[in-house]
Amino acid sequence: MTGEAAVTTREVEARFWQRLHEWIVTVDHKRLGVMYVLYALLFLLIGGSEALLIRLQLVAPHNTLLAPQTFNRLFTLHGTTMVFFVGMPLIFGFANYLVPLMIGARDMAFPRLNAFSFWMSAFAGLLLYFSFLGAEGLYGAGSAPDVGWFAYAPLTSRAFSRGHSTDYWILSIFLSGVGSIGTAVNIITTVLSRRCPGMTLGKLPLLCWFYVVDSVLVLVGVPPLAAAQLMLLADRFLGAHFFDTQAGGSAVLWQHFFWIFGHPEVYILMIPGWAFASEIIPVFSRKAIFGYPVLVGAVIAIGFVSLSVWAHHMFAVGMSMTANTFFMVATLLVGIPTGIKIFNWIGTMWGGKIRLATPMLFCIAFIGQFLIAGLTGIMLAAVPFNWQLTDSTFVVAHFHFMLVGSLLFTVFAAFYYWFPKVTGRMLDEKLGKLHFWLFLVGFHLTFTVMHIPGLLGMPRRIYTYEPGRGWETLNLVITIGAFFQAAGVACFLVNLVRSLHKGKLAGPDPWDAWTLEWSTSSPPPEYNFAVVPTVRSRRPLWDLKHPEDPDWVYE
Amino acid sequence: MGDAPANIFAAVSAPASRTSELSLFVLAVTGAIFFVVFGLTIVAVVRFRRRDTDDGREPPQVYGSNQLETAWTVVPVLIVLVLALTTARVIQSIQGVTRPANAIDVIVIGHQWWWELRYPGLGIVTANELHVPVSDPLAPTPTWLTLLSADVAHSFWVPRLAGKTDLIPNRVNHMWIAPTAPGVYVGQCAEYCGTQHAKMLLRVYVHPRDEFERWAQAQRQGDPQVPSELDAVVAGRRVFESNACINCHSVAGTVGNGRYGPDLTHLMSRATLAAGAAPLSPETLRAWIRDPNGIKPGAHMPAMKLTEQQIDQLVQFLLTLH
Amino acid sequence: MNQAAVVAGEAGWELPSRNRVGMVCFIVAESAMFVIFVVAYLFYLGKSPYGPTPEQALSLPVANTICLLSSSGTIAWAVRALRRGRLATFAVAWGATAALGALFLAGTGREWARLVHHERLTPATNLFGTTYYSLVGLHAFHVTVGLVLLTTVLMLTLFGKLHRRYTEHVEVLALYWHFVDCVWIVVFSVVYVIGR
Ligand code: HEA
Ligand code: HEA
Ligand code: HEC
Ligand code: CUA
Ligand SMILES: [Cu+2]
Repeated sequence: MTGEAAVTTREVEARFWQRLHEWIVTVDHKRLGVMYVLYALLFLLIGGSEALLIRLQLVAPHNTLLAPQTFNRLFTLHGTTMVFFVGMPLIFGFANYLVPLMIGARDMAFPRLNAFSFWMSAFAGLLLYFSFLGAEGLYGAGSAPDVGWFAYAPLTSRAFSRGHSTDYWILSIFLSGVGSIGTAVNIITTVLSRRCPGMTLGKLPLLCWFYVVDSVLVLVGVPPLAAAQLMLLADRFLGAHFFDTQAGGSAVLWQHFFWIFGHPEVYILMIPGWAFASEIIPVFSRKAIFGYPVLVGAVIAIGFVSLSVWAHHMFAVGMSMTANTFFMVATLLVGIPTGIKIFNWIGTMWGGKIRLATPMLFCIAFIGQFLIAGLTGIMLAAVPFNWQLTDSTFVVAHFHFMLVGSLLFTVFAAFYYWFPKVTGRMLDEKLGKLHFWLFLVGFHLTFTVMHIPGLLGMPRRIYTYEPGRGWETLNLVITIGAFFQAAGVACFLVNLVRSLHKGKLAGPDPWDAWTLEWSTSSPPPEYNFAVVPTVRSRRPLWDLKHPEDPDWVYE
Repeated sequence: MGDAPANIFAAVSAPASRTSELSLFVLAVTGAIFFVVFGLTIVAVVRFRRRDTDDGREPPQVYGSNQLETAWTVVPVLIVLVLALTTARVIQSIQGVTRPANAIDVIVIGHQWWWELRYPGLGIVTANELHVPVSDPLAPTPTWLTLLSADVAHSFWVPRLAGKTDLIPNRVNHMWIAPTAPGVYVGQCAEYCGTQHAKMLLRVYVHPRDEFERWAQAQRQGDPQVPSELDAVVAGRRVFESNACINCHSVAGTVGNGRYGPDLTHLMSRATLAAGAAPLSPETLRAWIRDPNGIKPGAHMPAMKLTEQQIDQLVQFLLTLH
Repeated sequence: MNQAAVVAGEAGWELPSRNRVGMVCFIVAESAMFVIFVVAYLFYLGKSPYGPTPEQALSLPVANTICLLSSSGTIAWAVRALRRGRLATFAVAWGATAALGALFLAGTGREWARLVHHERLTPATNLFGTTYYSLVGLHAFHVTVGLVLLTTVLMLTLFGKLHRRYTEHVEVLALYWHFVDCVWIVVFSVVYVIGR
């Protein structure tokens, strides 16, 4: 008996190592997609825990839970982690999984480049966190970086940032950038040169269109940051003077370079969110997307305009009146194509039969929250208003409405929508609704309220504050909200793990949807499609299900 | 919220009140957009949700509408036009103002983590607490600030007086305020500048004209104190002059002429210590000199390892610096 | 991407080649990076508080420029030869390209040596040194990478491992080399013409 048991454990062990090996050496787009997403979830927990610590420190004035330096490291790591190691891997993970399936391809255009990009990003995240151990340097100063996620010069120069913490920040973000560029090249190439027969650019699923625009933004937006980081490295190690204000260098130049990256970056994060919404809303409204060509045009327009608005992050640096006015106008212009998107989503729901399943709930909340976030963005763009609001908690509220209220909400929607495709099992609806309501309540307790202390003069990035400024109660509420969010995320995780084994079997097409990924089994076989499909419209499965009234008659 | 001393809407100075008016206008416009669009969303969800009585057939498929698309492009274009023009005018009215001849000049220099304030016309040097005259809207005497930085980027923000302008090394920025009501207005550094960014607080005292003149007079005198004969004070002064204090601090009439730390000549005319980290009192002064990091962890002033007696003497001396 | 998708039913379903699209994307990303270095160079032009200045230190690298620009011609010649299956001509033209690239690098090396030893200009000297070495150095780095790739293909050719079916790979590599050339035209104009 014991002998037999020993054999089986050894077998189990062997199988485990074999499977692990398979995953590590894989170049399959589906596995890489899953790995990206799991990796992002891990960092979501880390970044979220950092946020909880930040909130605990700010719960009351003169709180001494965290030392000032610790707090500064936490918000730097929280921002950096969430943007580069949660947001980016999440969107790339979904792209990896979905794009080939939706265009009827068997893999990405460059499978090995794909694996390389993933491991590059993965390594970059580890490097950032290794700074806790490795950044002391010869000065014995350092530990994790504490320069904020946009690392303004000259706080990052050798004189003000000793030890190696800033170097870890530079290298880690640089490497993750290399990974992002690799993936962007891959996505564009896949869409352009791997589409199944009949899928012209006009019949491409919206998600793929959005990801192409997104990837182009990565190609033109991420290299400027890489360039600026190379310059900063040269300053720190070769004694160069790019951002050295003592030798005539300019601190403002760094800000320009960073935001030439940073602004497109926020759209890079958001466009996939719109992509998810544009796939999910039609299916749950039972109607074709309203205004497909206009939506494509709008996202291209946003891509273009978003390259010329970066200095709206710098209204307080003392730019000329002309520059301020130019960037104000450019920023306001983005509102127009963005509004078109919102109206088209509403147009899609209008006259439909809306199923309020969890993915759709997240999408509806997204529309409202994105609207608010966009309108606070308009306030921030009104330059004099911005002079009051910039660097206050109002800005923090604006961008969490975008990054959490819009991006994370659509990502959750995407999880509930595509989980059955990936695993073959449905996520639990009850837990899903609990997740939704907890997170919604927590989100608004935290970030709706967070606008107000900004209006009452509370700057961001302060580790503590004075009593008597009218900020105490508000901050208490904000912190409580953060814990509601944590509870929501916990529900979500439980749901993921439980449904993996106990979820209802999904079958190939549980949502009665219309794009190609639902035409193959769940989970799809390694080669995706036994026969490469041919399509005649934007909704190939609609055509199949309604032979009497196919889409291609109208398109 | 009535007791929020840094409310941006409780403006008492031209830049802030013009901004506040613009802000309310922008809020109204965006608020209207919000109600319309959010309302439409809610109506869509409620009206077109699937009923229990549903027949299971797909609704009619609509692929788009050129008229609608045009409408919801043109209306936002018009709104953007209005917003842009209004905002541009307010930018002009704040940034496009030239310095009137009777303005008070102040040079504000940001340091990690305190404010150096110099009045070149009046020969005054002080720190952290800005004193300015009230400005009568009929005969304005605005204060013209020149913003510099000695190290990293900071940002000058007193919400009730004006929006922010950054202080950036190797760059000269300007802003102005014209407060119309006397009082004390609080604010703080708004650009992350390192460890103690949170405790880089700022107070602006707005005085009636004659009171301001009196304050300026008192600050101007080079060596205001009658040199004290008290032993402790004399000893304290010796401690001050024979320690590294003088490398970083100036006190007129002593050998101390350092500029790395705040000018202490009129230390006791301030209400707070170390840029608002603590109220200024003999006890906090003693604690500060014993261990600045106890009050403001990371502050760039070292603990001088003085004996308790030396500290007592030093504080006696500092207390005479009115 | 000039040969965009042609749609003619299923039979005529043609899509752009992935290698070409990939390289074009890569070049877009590289250009974005060079733009930032060029902007930094232009921004700091004449802002160094002390010398040496570009006028004092730089002279026109005429020979270098001729080398690199003509290498674009030789590589185009090589690619045409390969398309027609003339491997020997290909080898000669390809070798010439690599040699011209190497000459260019040697020229840059000599210029740098002169700048460091005679003009006492290093990246740490002043803003001019900082921006000059980084911009020209970034370009030289790209030439170096190109040269390594060129040499690899040359080796393969000499050992008889190059087939006509690799034409597309070679073409894509040539695309990269043309890009590096174009960047040089920009760098040359900015650093040696406008900047002096
Ligand atoms: C997902 C990311 C995301 C997105 C999509 C946006 C979208 C927008 N953002 Fe935001 N933003 C951030 C993430 C994002 N932002 C982040 C992370 C920061 C701070 C970084 C930091 O400092 O750490 C920031 C900061 C930021 C600032 C600088 C604040 C400061 O620090 O001073 C400004 C200023 O203009 C701004 C404006 C806008 C605008 C106008 C939009 C627009 O795109 C919004 C457009 C949408 C609408 C307008 C609503 C829908 C439109 C209609 C219903 C039509 C009718 C409307 C009109 C006619 C107006 N953002
Ligand atoms: C995608 C991006 C993203 C996301 C998702 C978030 C999510 C959150 N952020 Fe984020 N935040 C940023 C991007 C993001 N943030 C950026 C860019 C900055 C600027 C940084 C800078 O200034 O440099 C910032 C700054 C920032 C601040 C301002 C700090 C300051 O200026 O002083 C605050 C303060 O409240 C905050 C709070 C939160 C909270 C409460 C969440 C919540 O939504 C998080 C919810 C998630 C969880 C709570 C995780 C779940 C945890 C558990 C279930 C616990 C179990 C844990 C384990 C088992 C390990 N953030
Ligand atoms: C290495 C430089 C240095 C030395 C030496 C030094 N100080 Fe300071 N001191 C500073 C700095 C910098 C600040 C401002 C700290 C802050 O607000 O963050 C400061 C602040 C102060 C303040 C508060 C000033 C104010 O306006 O609030 C007092 C009082 C003071 N120092 C007294 C002393 C005395 C007494 C000594 C000698 C025993 C001394 N300092 C030695 C740098 C120094
Ligand atoms: Cu000074 Cu923040
Ligand atoms: Cu932006």
